[in-house]
Amino acid sequence: MINKTVKNATEAVADIPSNAMLMMGGFGLSGIPENCISALLKLDIKDLTIVSNNAGVDDFGIGLLLKKRMVKKMISSYVGENAEFERQLLNGELEVDLVPQGTLAERVRAGGAGIPAFYTPAGVGTEVAEGKETREFDGKTYLLESWLKADFSIVKAWKGDTAGNLIFRGTARNFNPIMATAGKICIAEVEELVPAGELDPNQIHTPGIYVQRIFQGIDYEKRIEQRTISK
Amino acid sequence: MLTKEQIAQRIAKEVKSGQYINLGIGIPTLVANYIPSDLDVVLQSENGLLGIGPFPTENAVDPDLINAGKQTITFARGSALFNSAESFAMIRGGHVHLTILGAMEVSENGDIANWKIPGKMVKGMGGAMDLVASADNIIVAMQHCSRSGESKLLPTCELPITGIRCVKMIVTDLAVLEISSEGGFILKERAPGVSLEEISAKTAGKLLIEGEIPEMKF
Repeated sequence: MINKTVKNATEAVADIPSNAMLMMGGFGLSGIPENCISALLKLDIKDLTIVSNNAGVDDFGIGLLLKKRMVKKMISSYVGENAEFERQLLNGELEVDLVPQGTLAERVRAGGAGIPAFYTPAGVGTEVAEGKETREFDGKTYLLESWLKADFSIVKAWKGDTAGNLIFRGTARNFNPIMATAGKICIAEVEELVPAGELDPNQIHTPGIYVQRIFQGIDYEKRIEQRTISK
Repeated sequence: MLTKEQIAQRIAKEVKSGQYINLGIGIPTLVANYIPSDLDVVLQSENGLLGIGPFPTENAVDPDLINAGKQTITFARGSALFNSAESFAMIRGGHVHLTILGAMEVSENGDIANWKIPGKMVKGMGGAMDLVASADNIIVAMQHCSRSGESKLLPTCELPITGIRCVKMIVTDLAVLEISSEGGFILKERAPGVSLEEISAKTAGKLLIEGEIPEMKF
């Protein structure tokens, strides 16, 4: 067993430099690495490129990194919840690469799986296809898309063990397991960290081989964007 | 003219038992409220869930359980969770039978635009490009005209498109229309009290009217 444990978020992100390419798990605010985002905010770094499905909201999640002008470029599929993002983008202060969500997920998966490129139907005939190679298979046109890899991938899981094995909960899983595979260094923050051997191997979503650093997070806010209740 | 709820109610009649369905944000989400309870259907949420249940009661709210619109939800009986890559594998792989989504424009050959207004609004396409490129059956729920009164059913889309030749049916506040394989909006039904002349005047693309066009009944 290789022990992956680090003390806390501060230690986990300490060596992330300016200009780094990061992946961050989460869909909306669900399953985002809250502790690592807070620790990143305290670092004096800038010009980050962040791969994340969304960009947080104005005052939470990745939105906080945007507000502090730490981000040079976002690679995302949907950023509609963040007014500051839209403002920076429309003013040309922020670069953004909008990618269809399934293409984004598959590019990350491919990055972690050693597949440099793949064909997908998403985006054929649209702006997304501009400058990209297309090819016909069985009479339908597909678009060539390439893998995404990161210097650091930062994920949030429900439970983890000291060997880096992870279990996710509910729809907080989303991009987290695939991003864990696509970072040179994967940092995992978990709600509950247990000694290796205590998690049931049958239930592991992300095997520890992908995870280099793990710690138990604190004070999860788990903010809800759209609290919708049955009457 | 139909209300948003009535548009959703009309679209729900297209749902068949045994289907796996992806509902987009807005009016499409409302369709779930009108699917008859005797139909066995499974709603897919592209953030990683098959089997979306009703919204939770106050004390069952769980931040780890949301739909693609970031609304809190519950599990339906027999639901399953997965990651985002697997979610779109089932979408692109053709396992999701029906996609219902909103649009800013639809063209008479079935192109759809719903993700960007250059210089004004940049929210992103989310999963829409994957969904429209993959589902066999795509139904659009939208208003017939924009807030400024411009027709949203056009000869060709003016906004950046989301997908080409993919829309099969459109339900608006005025009408139900299908896309002809030769191009054109085939008028199938009218909203109660809405005349053919009004639909004709508010459809900028080619409108095809054959025979009697029945009024929708609710």
